[in-house]
Amino acid sequence: MEILFVGLIGLFFAAAVYLMLSKFTIRILLGIVLLGNGVNLLLFTAGRITREVPPIIPADASTLGSVAANPLPQALILTAIVISFSFFAFLLVLTWRAFEELGTDSTDEMRLAEPRDEPLPPTGY
Amino acid sequence: MASPSTPVDLAAAMVTTAPALADWLVILPTALMILSGAALMMIRKSVRLHAVIAIAALALLVLIDALLLWQVSSNGPVTMTMGGWLPPFGISFAADMFGAVMALVSALAALSAAVYSLRDIDTSGLRHGFFAFLLLLMAGVSGAFLTGDIFNLYVWFEVLLISSFGLLILGSEPKQIEGALKYAILNLIGTTLFLITVGYLYAIFGTLNMADIARKAGALRVVTENAPPLMTLTALFVLAFCMKAAAFPVNFWLPASYHTPRITVSALFGGLLTKVGIYALIRVTIMLLPVEREAISLVIAASAVLTMILGALGALAQNDLRRMVGYVVIVGIGNMLAGVAIGSSTSVSGAILYALHSIVTMTALYLVIGEAGRLAGTFELSRLGGLWRRAPWFSAASLALMLAAAGLPPLSGLWPKVMLLKASLDIGAWWLAAAILVSAFLVTLTLARTFLLAYWRPAPGGESEAVAATDWHSTLPIGLLAALTVFFGIYPEPLLAISQAAADGLADPSAYTRSVFPEGAAP
Repeated sequence: MEILFVGLIGLFFAAAVYLMLSKFTIRILLGIVLLGNGVNLLLFTAGRITREVPPIIPADASTLGSVAANPLPQALILTAIVISFSFFAFLLVLTWRAFEELGTDSTDEMRLAEPRDEPLPPTGY
Repeated sequence: MASPSTPVDLAAAMVTTAPALADWLVILPTALMILSGAALMMIRKSVRLHAVIAIAALALLVLIDALLLWQVSSNGPVTMTMGGWLPPFGISFAADMFGAVMALVSALAALSAAVYSLRDIDTSGLRHGFFAFLLLLMAGVSGAFLTGDIFNLYVWFEVLLISSFGLLILGSEPKQIEGALKYAILNLIGTTLFLITVGYLYAIFGTLNMADIARKAGALRVVTENAPPLMTLTALFVLAFCMKAAAFPVNFWLPASYHTPRITVSALFGGLLTKVGIYALIRVTIMLLPVEREAISLVIAASAVLTMILGALGALAQNDLRRMVGYVVIVGIGNMLAGVAIGSSTSVSGAILYALHSIVTMTALYLVIGEAGRLAGTFELSRLGGLWRRAPWFSAASLALMLAAAGLPPLSGLWPKVMLLKASLDIGAWWLAAAILVSAFLVTLTLARTFLLAYWRPAPGGESEAVAATDWHSTLPIGLLAALTVFFGIYPEPLLAISQAAADGLADPSAYTRSVFPEGAAP
């Protein structure tokens, strides 16, 4: 089961990197979403994948046995999901505003802050 | 629910005694910033109250951080664990010398920037929550410096990142939106890399508490069969933190964005944000994974050399003052990385001292060029001029700060450079020492040229129309920060002692570990 997930996470990462290498902001954003979900799956797999084992500590033990899944990575994922969702919402609005203001979604043409023909500083006075 | 017949021993998993009053100091900075930031959000419409509340809160933050530093230097590291759970189950906040002194200096820089912002930020900026974002940014910065838990560090990184987005787009000019887009995407990828690494770290160590990791790393290194991939972990950490700290080749987001926002915001970013990345890099590679850092030290050193030299060349080629200072920030990052790459006691304390110096000077340098640009009405070097005649005292403070940033005596930039040079010559890395000297020379050229053109020469187009003269909004913060660099340039002993103690605490974290896990606590 874990091996299957490892392959899936690899696919997520590969697709995310491919999309993020694009010049267009929307594709980069989709890449970031995929990357975020890939990371969530990675954390999920790190906490063991089990089926139908209730996390109940037996009467004669003081810790949870290793048959049940570790609950901590799942708490980490919850945090990561909330954060990556809010970031995605912000970035989506930012990309839209950038498209409205700059009239392009190609990062090559976004040269307002770093103009191509900026003069060199004076060499004397 | 435990039935009365089977009593549960709470002391096995919970803190049963109330924490000492001094322990509260470690959580107060973050709590104060979050609470006052939230209060400002609630009174968004009453903009006149914002500045008063924010500056009072930041002054209180400086006071608390000073008390915390005093407590740490007299009684050793301070720890508090959330929710009453014993570490490593609860999230610990732990302040040692390194974290406490970084928190104090960054609070000072933030307070200065807040005073400067009184004129720089207009009512619309205040309505959009400038001070609320500033306080939440400081919550993230203080939290990152004081937390003892690596996942919590990730959370504080995100807190300061989202606040920095808010600050960056204040004003909504097309230029700012473009800068913010590049900044946001690259920084988000950086923190996602950090999160991936945290996932691996938990899979290897089974704990997220930094003191616990420091204890367990030694035992994991001697495992030969199925050896845990500590090298992979270290390489990923270095990449993620270098991205946050703006080290070459993952630093192109900094010159693309730092010159676009309001000058106060640039000052905050240039002073604080990259230093949080350096802090995390030093904390993880020097304290937690020193052996693995040694193995890739050559890679870090190469990145340091390229960061320094290319940063200095970039600064030399800029006509816009704000972009020039962005590159000077990058040169400083290269110097600190050199200290991390060498990893000896002298070099780490040199890097820490450099970080403290850089927080103060970079904040001040941005404020200085902001004021110069306001007086002359332009940020372009080709059109600036005549500032010396118009504002001699301001020009003198600017000169002091520029010399400090270049690392010339008798100002605070000299000492960390001397320590880094000595450390690199001690291990025979002459090329690293040469890079530090060459980059310092190029920065000196850049800043001396700036002074010559913008201040010394007569204004190219004759005297421009009268702008309001410098008043206390700018002289107070710039004067305070310039006085700090002059004072610690002439009398560096206290700072040298503090950074040496911080470096020693990282090289041998037993005091830190003992503070988080007092004797008799469960392992």
